[in-house]
Amino acid sequence: MPGFDFSNYNRNAALHARGMPLPKATSTGTTIVGCIFDGGVVIAADTRATSGPIVADKNCEKLHYISPNIWCAGAGTAADTEFTTAIVSSQLELHALSTGRKPRVVTCMTLLKQHLFRYQGYVGAYLVVAGVDPTGTHLFTVHAHGSTDKLPYVTMGSGSLAAMSVFETQWKPQLTRDEAVKLCADAIEAGIWNDLGSGSNVDVAVITAEKTTLMRNYLRPNERTQKLGRYVFEKGTTAVLNEKIIRKEDLSKFVTVHDLPTETGDDKMEIDV
Amino acid sequence: MSSPFSINGGACVAMVGKDCVAIACDLRLGLQALTVSNNFPKIFQYGDHVFLGLTGLATDVTTVSDLFRYKVNMYRLREERHIAPRTFANLVSSSLYERRFGPWFVSPVVAGLEPKTGKPFICGFDSIGCIDFAKDFIVSGTATDQLFGMCESLWEPNLGPDELFETISQALLNAVDRDALSGWGAHVYIIEKDKVTKRLLKGRQD
Repeated sequence: MPGFDFSNYNRNAALHARGMPLPKATSTGTTIVGCIFDGGVVIAADTRATSGPIVADKNCEKLHYISPNIWCAGAGTAADTEFTTAIVSSQLELHALSTGRKPRVVTCMTLLKQHLFRYQGYVGAYLVVAGVDPTGTHLFTVHAHGSTDKLPYVTMGSGSLAAMSVFETQWKPQLTRDEAVKLCADAIEAGIWNDLGSGSNVDVAVITAEKTTLMRNYLRPNERTQKLGRYVFEKGTTAVLNEKIIRKEDLSKFVTVHDLPTETGDDKMEIDV
Repeated sequence: MSSPFSINGGACVAMVGKDCVAIACDLRLGLQALTVSNNFPKIFQYGDHVFLGLTGLATDVTTVSDLFRYKVNMYRLREERHIAPRTFANLVSSSLYERRFGPWFVSPVVAGLEPKTGKPFICGFDSIGCIDFAKDFIVSGTATDQLFGMCESLWEPNLGPDELFETISQALLNAVDRDALSGWGAHVYIIEKDKVTKRLLKGRQD
């Protein structure tokens, strides 16, 4: 793992000590869930990213690729979920290449927890890891401090309570694929409606031994209606003080091209002349 | 002492149009309530169709813009080609995340056209490199809240270059007029496949 660069740390810590608040990171104040069914596993997520009380992204992707048969749902600090999953994905690809075996979900989970434990919770990634490998179907949660759980159904993020209430009332053993997808989508919807940190659409990924199906925007219960009015301004509304147009063909004014005479005959270097 | 993001002030916005993109910024540089300069542009060019807007702490805006000039020059020498906006966005993202525990106090915005297809590309970042891929618009700076409101109501899909210019200009101008820390003129770039138009806007000087 290539390390972090701490060279701004002392400057920023000194600033912080004089009363400057820490920068606001984009967080996926999220609802993410996972559920095992007969023959595979489903993970699902909402698509809202927030920065404080502001909705920063209305349709972001919280289902992260690890390997063809392992996917991750991420909550917490958005940059941390994005980069930890990317780093582990790359490590796992190299591991699979050198061993000649398909990557296992436990290996992925172990790499994640070891990375997160090393950073003592400061890397704020809360993940649901799911996948199918030669040893079977697996579903884990990984917390930012490095602890892990292995359960048949899991929820995480700020909407985890809303989502878990759906699982606790509707989950049953031996679900079919379609039942599991419906259950996970319902759990995410509970988060979308009842948790302020979650919103917009539902993304679902179904992983089986044969293939992974990513269903981006599986549900879109918050479609924006067509605007009735238009606010296109008349040309010339804005006062312009200065205008500069740079065209491709105008670049020749700034760059001159000279044809150099080609050397004929011997291409001896002229060092010794 | 206030947040490093709101000492110097400044605003930046990027928008997607039909076969074109626009990026605009204000020109103020301040020290809390005192305006020091009304000519501090926050948009930097890193290729024919690659633009970066940087708001936040001015010292970091300068440092980071120079750092990317260096990194993009090195990329061009190694690869013998210009950097694509999407590649540049990933460079920005990983460079910011490298300093996860001692970040630059900047909120970058990338705008450009994809080299082969000419498809519009915009994205924004938080200060530690999380990318926000948007299909409509990206805002950053001390007038973020105002810009969100303006863009959400003024923007619509498939605006032509001239319409896009009026839309982004009015969005920026009216947003910064409700932010004490931004304003004092603006730069607007309209990026099309065969030309880039840079305009200096007349803005309130108070």
